[in-house]
Amino acid sequence: MSMGAALSSSRGVHTSRRTHDVPQPSAAGTSAAAAQGPAGQSMDAQEVAKFEAMASEWWDPDGPNGALHTMNPLRTQFARDAICLAHGREARTVQPLRDLSVLDVGCGGGLFSEALARLGADVTGVDTSATAISVAATHAQADPAVASRTHYQNATAEQLQQQGAHFDAVVASEVIEHVSNVPEFCASLVALTRPGGSIVVSTINRTNRSYAVAIVGAEQIMGLLPKGTHQWERFITPEELQEHIERAGAERIGDSGMVMNPFTGHWTFSADKAVNYIMSFRKPAEQQRNP
Amino acid sequence: MRQAVKEHLLLSYRRPLSSAASLDSIYDVAIIGGGMVGSALACALGRSPVTEELRVLVVDKVPLPEISAPGADPPELRVSTLTPASVRLFEESGAWDSMAPPRSAAFRHMQVWDHGGNGCVRYSAATVGLPVMGYVAENRVIQAALGQTLRSRRSVVDYVSPASLQTLTLPAYAPDLHSGMQSNELAEIGLDSGQTVRARLVVGADGSRSRVRELADLRTFSWSYHQRGIVATVRTQHPNDTAWQRFLRTGPLALLPVRGSYSNVVWSTSVAEAGRLQALTPQAFALEVNQALQGGCMPARNPLLPGASSDSFIPPPTVYAADGAASQQSFPLALLGSGRYVRPRLALVGDAAHVVHPLAGQGVNLGFADVGQLAAALAHAVETGRDIGDLGLLQEMYEAPRQSENARMMTALDSLKRVFAPQDGLLASLRGLGLDLLNGSGVIKRQIMRYAMGVA
Ligand SMILES: Cc1cc2nc3c(=O)[nH]c(=O)nc-3n(C[C@H](O)[C@H](O)[C@H](O)COP(=O)(O)OP(=O)(O)OC[C@H]3O[C@@H](n4cnc5c(N)ncnc54)[C@H](O)[C@@H]3O)c2cc1C
Repeated sequence: MSMGAALSSSRGVHTSRRTHDVPQPSAAGTSAAAAQGPAGQSMDAQEVAKFEAMASEWWDPDGPNGALHTMNPLRTQFARDAICLAHGREARTVQPLRDLSVLDVGCGGGLFSEALARLGADVTGVDTSATAISVAATHAQADPAVASRTHYQNATAEQLQQQGAHFDAVVASEVIEHVSNVPEFCASLVALTRPGGSIVVSTINRTNRSYAVAIVGAEQIMGLLPKGTHQWERFITPEELQEHIERAGAERIGDSGMVMNPFTGHWTFSADKAVNYIMSFRKPAEQQRNP
Repeated sequence: MRQAVKEHLLLSYRRPLSSAASLDSIYDVAIIGGGMVGSALACALGRSPVTEELRVLVVDKVPLPEISAPGADPPELRVSTLTPASVRLFEESGAWDSMAPPRSAAFRHMQVWDHGGNGCVRYSAATVGLPVMGYVAENRVIQAALGQTLRSRRSVVDYVSPASLQTLTLPAYAPDLHSGMQSNELAEIGLDSGQTVRARLVVGADGSRSRVRELADLRTFSWSYHQRGIVATVRTQHPNDTAWQRFLRTGPLALLPVRGSYSNVVWSTSVAEAGRLQALTPQAFALEVNQALQGGCMPARNPLLPGASSDSFIPPPTVYAADGAASQQSFPLALLGSGRYVRPRLALVGDAAHVVHPLAGQGVNLGFADVGQLAAALAHAVETGRDIGDLGLLQEMYEAPRQSENARMMTALDSLKRVFAPQDGLLASLRGLGLDLLNGSGVIKRQIMRYAMGVA
């Protein structure tokens, strides 16, 4: 694989860690933020179908979501540091997120949710794919420490918002690129966050490189993904993401590119945000807004 | 709370398992085998603030020895060479102070020469700018120091003994099948007391005949050297600060300083010769050692390599029987390796994963390096919210680096062993020349030495 920055966007783009891996023809992402019910107006029903087939393969590190498995420690570190910063906690301790409530929007099979739960957070994972939710809930059962700190719901961010739910932190990883109404989605992320809380979003940039890597490379040449897994036009640049979230009332804390070494499958932080990137925000505390 | 913790530890530490207080139903790490390597792991987890809080269980058939005052008694037969890298691990784990000299002995030089008088290599710590080349400590001293550290650790380590592993249930694992969702069920171990506990990670530290390895169905490769090693304690007139090693026609003989004026002999030889040597009185055995160390030809100037190395040769000390010491014992020599060190929720460390020829004194040091690597992998996992029993984590951060390192050492020791295999004639003079080349070439020699010292 000669792509400089290997891609991955979970719900769909999967590079396999080993370049010689034979892609599984049936591989398809899971829904993430695609909606099935009428409440998920901003979601795209077609997306749901595309990804549903993949749900049972969430937890196979050599499967179609392999890149998510290898990216997971890195995005977890980023989220841990951002949440700790917003809540005035030390990050490199045992369970630095203890007793904080975290919402994982588009949790899929629960990879990110479980990692955050191990860091001590009380995690609510929502996904519009019922299959993904049952995979996540089943997987969590094996370890009581994880089971007691994860709660999964087949719902959309908008549905939770309507229920008036609030969290100390909200994360949405590799999901926003599958959402049809991005400004609305960003507004719910901010609305679901408590004042003083943090928001972490990771996704794939809209650049010539990401087109080459995610669409031409992974879908067309490598055949790693079924054609149509991603729509490049839906990818969001860091500037756009920042603008949407800030308009909804939170301020940017920091961001980073994430790049995968195509030979080792190892992910590292990078200044290069041309393909994958992650960004954190903080919702101002109440008193600052209403002095 | 801290008090209660200690009581619980002592309770389970001292009493037989059947009467021990209740064990937790789930541990983060269950270490099977509290030998030097297993105990070192339990201690090393206390080194980082993030792994210190892991709930750790250690199971062994025998209890850890109690710490004792630096002894005047003859040392025990089983001793280990500790490389500077192993010493660093112990310093970081807080165990070094209880095994440092005078409980152990430092050595500053190492001299290797052969029986034919063809070559000699002498290594000195000063050459690489280090104060010592390593230490020699009795296994019992190392274990007692580790036990002391475990007891003083702030968080809970349950040490149950005497107890032994009977059953092991690991999550289903079919590496060749794309089975979709991988099982992440916790591992379950069953002890001979009938108790069962579950663990996020089981560590097999149960030595070369590892039951864990067998129950996990891990394949091994091995071969016998058709030799036995004789170990004995001897005395020298003066305390000695050199590790001596001579390649005899029948195999290598090492003389290692232990403490005071005691030294330890590890003599690898044919099965028949070992039988004869083992039956000797301590005095007759000492005479044999002197003959082996001082007989034959002492290195002379090698005509092929003028001015090479023979001038650095120093004659070894004369050894005497150590009154009151245990008499010499023997053990079979073999090489053994486990094809894999990990499975989901399982890692092998120490002799359970690899057994090498004792000629370079590396055996247990490879195990301590396993411990350092595994403890670092677990610290990384805890910090990034990873499951500590995750196969990917164990493969990438533990197995891959350790297996290549251990394989390198196993091959090096094995070929060294073969070069010095018992034979005469051309090969013997070739290897003499090899030693001389080694001594002449500073760069290679320094690299080999640093490698042996664990600093490469
Ligand atoms: C004579 C001799 C000389 C050596 N000299 C050197 C040297 O100079 N330098 C060096 O570095 N290495 C040397 N070695 C090698 C060294 O001794 C080993 O590498 C080292 O002991 C390995 O430690 P370990 O903790 O992995 O295994 P072990 O020391 O074998 O410990 C295994 C532990 O597991 C326990 N156990 C086993 N089965 C079970 C079970 N089913 N349930 C519960 N507990 C169990 C045992 O009681 C034991 O305590 C020598 C070896 C020999 C034989």
